[in-house]
Amino acid sequence: MHTTMDIKDIIKPENKVYSKTPVLLDNVMHYCPGCSHGTAHKLVAEVIEEMGIQENTIGVSPVGCSVFAYNYVDIDWQQAAHGRAPALATATKRLYPDKYVFTYQGDGDLASIGTAEIMHACNRGENIVVIFINNAIYGMTGGQMAPTTLMGMKTATSPYGRREDLHGKPLRITDLISQLEGTCYVTRQSVQNAAGARKTKRAIRKGFENSAKKKGTSFIEIVSSCNSGWKMSPVKANEWMVENMFPSYPLGDLKDI
Amino acid sequence: MALRGAIVVDTEKCKGCSVCVVNCPTNTIALSKEVNSKGYNYAYMASPENCTGCTNCATVCPDTCITVYRVKV
Repeated sequence: MHTTMDIKDIIKPENKVYSKTPVLLDNVMHYCPGCSHGTAHKLVAEVIEEMGIQENTIGVSPVGCSVFAYNYVDIDWQQAAHGRAPALATATKRLYPDKYVFTYQGDGDLASIGTAEIMHACNRGENIVVIFINNAIYGMTGGQMAPTTLMGMKTATSPYGRREDLHGKPLRITDLISQLEGTCYVTRQSVQNAAGARKTKRAIRKGFENSAKKKGTSFIEIVSSCNSGWKMSPVKANEWMVENMFPSYPLGDLKDI
Repeated sequence: MALRGAIVVDTEKCKGCSVCVVNCPTNTIALSKEVNSKGYNYAYMASPENCTGCTNCATVCPDTCITVYRVKV
């Protein structure tokens, strides 16, 4: 009885320490349970709220599961053809230089069909932020192998595992991008635990601040899980990610100038 | 001084992914035996006396369905 009384005393408006940011709409996300996209969307929305830039931010959503990002984050959006988000973001930023412009892309979008666009946008040093969700698979279309798929990893199109002689080795596109002179900040983060999510949020904020300072392109990779594509439970997928993805895609800043 | 916390879960939005359960440092949260209208076993405070209001669960929740309250006692 004592405990019940306590809970009522705790749950009062003045004691609230965390609630959904108003930048995030009330729509129920279409993502699978435990999907990293939801957490990443929330962190972007929280940064936009904290910086007070809701009216001045334009996002470009990709092709992939996160194509519907515009249903969840209450800002202006465009939706690009597959892989072409950096090209649209370039045009948007040049037409509206005072706006905050970012792309939100998966690994199938950014590291495969959109490789040319991302490389050249980063090389030109467009003052945009790129949020790159790397879950080593094509989630939306049914779990096909992506350029980022790990060696030996089984997918719908590599049922016996990825092989070097047949498929080549995983593409560490973030490492390539850190070599380009147009980028000012290149980092690799994750959102499977609270510490990781808080670090990722700081990285996203830094990216937006860099674009205000016209420092060049900020590139934030979020190593993510796709539990449906990987055919695991959400918790198991996160554990698998820590064990197998992190050695290939180590977390931390690759570049910060 | 100690911290006492409590969470409120939007049970209709919760998809029962368990990411909050494994991220709770005080073993406060578990999945309910009851399901919501979509058939998901939603998260709830199984041991409310443990909660410190650290916000870890809400931070990692992909569906942002947890609100956290905290008091100093």
